[in-house]
Amino acid sequence: MRVPYSWLREYCDPGIEPGELAERLAMTGTEVERVGTVGPPSAEGFVVGKVLSAEPHPNADRLRVCAVDTGDGERTIVCGAANVAAGQTVPVALPGATLPGGHKIGKAKLRGVESAGMICAATELELGEGPAGILVLEGDGLVAGTPLAEVLPIAESVLELEVTPNRVDCFGVYGVAREVHAISDAPLSAEPWVEDAAAAGEGEVGDYASVTVEAPELCPRFTARVFTGVRIAPSPAWLQARLTAAGQRPINNVVDITNYVMLLTAQPLHAFDLDKVPDGALTVRTAADGEKMKTLDDVERTFDAETVLVCDRNGPSGIAGIMGGQTSEVSDETTSVLLEVATWNGTNILRTSRMLSLRSEASSRFEKQLHPELCGRAQRIASRLIIELCGAELVPGTIDVAAEIPEPRQLRLRGERVEGLLGMAIEQADQRAYLGRLGFTAEPTGDDLEVTVPPDRHYDIAREVDLIEEVGRIHGLDEHLPSTLPSVAGRVGGLTPEQRLRRRTEDALRDLGFDEVVGWSFTDPAEPGRLRISADDPRADGVALSNPLSEDQSVMRTTLLGSLLDVAQRNLARGADRVALFESGRVYLTTPPTGLQADPESAFTPVGALCGDFVGDRAAPAIEPHRIGCLAVGPLAAKSWRGGGEPADFFALKGTLEGVAGLLGLELSVEPAEEPFLHPGRSAHVSVAGEPAGWIGELHLLVCRAWDLEAAVAFEVDLAALIAASPAGEETFEDVATFPAVYQDLAVVVPTEIAAARLREAVLAAGGGLLHAAEVFDVYEGEQLGEGRKSLAMQLEFRAADRTLTDDEVLAQRAAIEAELSKIGGSLRA
Amino acid sequence: MLERIEEIRVEGSAAIEAAAGTAELEELRVRYLGRKAELTAILRGIAELPAEERGKVGGSANKVRKELEALLESRAEILDASELESQLAEDRVDVTLPGAPARPVGHIHLITRTTRQIEDVMVGLGYRVMEGPEVEHDYYNFTALNHPPGHPARMLQDTFYVQSDPEVLLRTHTSPVQIRSMEAQSPPIFMIAPGKVYRRDSDATHSPMFHQVEGLAIGEGITLADLQGTLDEMLRAIFGAGRKARMRPHFFPFTEPSVEFDVSCFQCEGTGTLVDGARCNLCKGIGWIEVGGAGMVDPNVLGFVESNGYDPERVQGFAFGMGVERIAMLRHGVPDLRRFFDNDVRVLEQFA
Ligand SMILES: [Zn+2]
Repeated sequence: MRVPYSWLREYCDPGIEPGELAERLAMTGTEVERVGTVGPPSAEGFVVGKVLSAEPHPNADRLRVCAVDTGDGERTIVCGAANVAAGQTVPVALPGATLPGGHKIGKAKLRGVESAGMICAATELELGEGPAGILVLEGDGLVAGTPLAEVLPIAESVLELEVTPNRVDCFGVYGVAREVHAISDAPLSAEPWVEDAAAAGEGEVGDYASVTVEAPELCPRFTARVFTGVRIAPSPAWLQARLTAAGQRPINNVVDITNYVMLLTAQPLHAFDLDKVPDGALTVRTAADGEKMKTLDDVERTFDAETVLVCDRNGPSGIAGIMGGQTSEVSDETTSVLLEVATWNGTNILRTSRMLSLRSEASSRFEKQLHPELCGRAQRIASRLIIELCGAELVPGTIDVAAEIPEPRQLRLRGERVEGLLGMAIEQADQRAYLGRLGFTAEPTGDDLEVTVPPDRHYDIAREVDLIEEVGRIHGLDEHLPSTLPSVAGRVGGLTPEQRLRRRTEDALRDLGFDEVVGWSFTDPAEPGRLRISADDPRADGVALSNPLSEDQSVMRTTLLGSLLDVAQRNLARGADRVALFESGRVYLTTPPTGLQADPESAFTPVGALCGDFVGDRAAPAIEPHRIGCLAVGPLAAKSWRGGGEPADFFALKGTLEGVAGLLGLELSVEPAEEPFLHPGRSAHVSVAGEPAGWIGELHLLVCRAWDLEAAVAFEVDLAALIAASPAGEETFEDVATFPAVYQDLAVVVPTEIAAARLREAVLAAGGGLLHAAEVFDVYEGEQLGEGRKSLAMQLEFRAADRTLTDDEVLAQRAAIEAELSKIGGSLRA
Repeated sequence: MLERIEEIRVEGSAAIEAAAGTAELEELRVRYLGRKAELTAILRGIAELPAEERGKVGGSANKVRKELEALLESRAEILDASELESQLAEDRVDVTLPGAPARPVGHIHLITRTTRQIEDVMVGLGYRVMEGPEVEHDYYNFTALNHPPGHPARMLQDTFYVQSDPEVLLRTHTSPVQIRSMEAQSPPIFMIAPGKVYRRDSDATHSPMFHQVEGLAIGEGITLADLQGTLDEMLRAIFGAGRKARMRPHFFPFTEPSVEFDVSCFQCEGTGTLVDGARCNLCKGIGWIEVGGAGMVDPNVLGFVESNGYDPERVQGFAFGMGVERIAMLRHGVPDLRRFFDNDVRVLEQFA
């Protein structure tokens, strides 16, 4: 909302600079985006001039040499406008004045004639469209040399308000003036709509026009007046200047008056050329689905059954509350005008304007729901102006098709509630004064006030709490509100164990050399394809958006891998020679993955929010497990003169994952399994405590190529699975010091296809309770073992909690292990 | 005999003194003190000597033996030391070569870091951290937050909707977690909810995905002044001691009264002017920087969870929300919101 300062001051002059007012408005709830200037940066050097003579320029056909009285004597000004003539009163920019845009007027020779100033056009002063050529002022009573600023609002300050949607009253200048009155206590002029126009026209309004409202629930009020003898012409300079400063383009006197009254009262109006409305008969009805009309902006619009139209006998002539049509538009030939001032259902207007993607100054006001009371105000002001500026006569009577006009709202404001909610006391007298200045009436009843809400605020102020906000903000939060802390008992803050372990996991990956990234939750629907995920895989069925910003952000991700690859690709393209990345974030699934179903039989307990089991009565629409994804391209540590620098491979990343698991006190199971995006021979599924937790592997070469990478290795695990199984925080003491352990090495030759994990499991199973640990420390394959065989060396740790083991005890366990190994084709290496 | 013992002493001492290495010294030990050595033989033959000589010869031989042993020992120490010296000299390396590269330490993303900082401050003030879904029901994102269907306030936030269900959307704020938390927990409640939110908007100051932290405090007698105090504490903890919160009345559908809140500018100490007299670029000369929105929870919102103990006549409280990126931008001078999601490692690695 653009509010020219001079217009505002006509109703309430706070006596301060616009900048200071802007600050006060901001501190009471009306944000001022900026204080702009319309017209020249300063009014200095602009005066009223009288053209004494205008003679052709001796050396130029299109220029005139004018003698102009500017109060300080007669001066010569060369003027290029065709309409300049002796006897005119005109605006003059003297040498030294600065035009909008910064051009400074100086003395100059134009084709050999010295020119001492410039006669200005309306556009040159940003005062409106004006006629072609210079602006000619109404000369009566204007004295040459009078500062132009006394005649026209040049160098106008404009407050650009960011009005919150609840304050529809501040979409009108008088509403803003009332707000300024409330916050400053500067006097407020009487409401400009009090006085009505005298009706001097012939007959009665019913003789000219009729209105039928077929959709009263969508049109709470429709008023119409008729004007005859209308003379369409450009608006006077003051009106054009005001509209221009407010951001409206002047068109003609009737249209300008409707815009002016809307800007003043917040109530939009619409003028019809009555002669183009057959029999003056208007009907308000909903459209037939698919019905069409060409709007004033020359676009054909198609409506649905909820669109409300204002129609004449031949069809639609306007979209209610949004935009008029071309059929009965006011033109230069118009002599009779029907002035519509109506109230529409705000929700319906909002819906229709969104449906048509068509917003106007009118619809942006109607959609916030105007009070029917405003119709009369706008009719009265507009009537006076149409009579005054268009030479028209008002036909007696007003068509007023009103559904119910709401009763004024009565509210009780309890004194104790004001202090109880705000935490600051406000004297009852002050409360009354603030509400009074805002246009409410407030009568004391003991400590309370009985408050009547004015129509302008009817829909905004519906409850006691709304009144408390009003008295609080006018009283001044910045100045008066104390700073206290809630004194409610029983507050214990803290992170849940899950939240602490999530942080710990993130920190562990950081300490292991990985940079955390935050990837986009949206992705390209083609991403699963690039990851070689087949169309029937649930991961190809992401949550799709109906209104994405772009195709490549139109689906929610189902894996962290895509965004990790995107980030890696970007960084390598920028010259990075390696990346080690991780992300801690959610994926969004339409079907639950295995392991996250709430299976009461399962020992696995889903960990609340981490697996998408959020608080609240309604389950989340999608499944949002929190995942940890990790991707390495190139070496984890740089190459040096001592060697190193091998690109991270499966085992490098497995070590990372095991390191993280170790910090959580977990032992992971990693078993060969294929994923479409992984190298089939170097990929595995990860599980913990028997429950699936994710995958790890070197990326498939075709996936690498799709992201311009030579090679990469990654894992992605469900954090909930890890944390659910983690004993972290619940560990119990184990005595490892009182009785010593016995360490022995074991070298086993087995067929190559026996997985190390199987061998280890066999050894641990056979070792009984005394075998505490068995770790592979060497793998050997060579000719001397024979084709198809490999040797694994393990370190065994035997211990008992209650005694020192004897040699015999250890030997017996070793024998049992040997026997078990022979069952799977293994033998001890000589 | 005594003369011979003296000769052995003189000869042995000289030889030990002259020994050039630990190997030679070992030879001398064998020669003078070993089983076949002359002195050993003398000591062994003492019993066969006349009784009056035994004491003198035995004492003298033992004395020489001890003396030679001591000499051998001290000579061995000297030789050991010098041999170690030369050994170490041979092991010399070029210390000017570069060190073996440590495995690089990674970095926590600035958004995570900032979120954790806010969480820690609020945990310290007695709040718990709650989480909610990002793909959310319209009911939680709008309806229960006092944005009835068709209400213009819904237009304030341009919303992404989900194709399969028009009542499902990407949450436009973390406020739905307020409702979910109140459904799960009766008052009093003190919670914050950090997380990703989505709005259909993209330019230098808007990202379609960004992060917010929401706060909610409901109980008996919690006032707008308590909100002021809480914001003061929080902003001091984030932006430094001496900071202050300023509340400006505003409009949000789910709070009444509603405010926007600012922090006093930490670059110009709230004066709007820098030491050199120039206008502060951070707060644009205003002395205050906008941080977020807040207010007293609207009774209509409490009405949606009234059955869980949130009777608006009995309990009341405040909510606040702010953008994590905005705070990180202010604290660390990040110029453009989009940098956070670009994940340039050269940027990530600036924040330890
Ligand atoms: Zn500053």
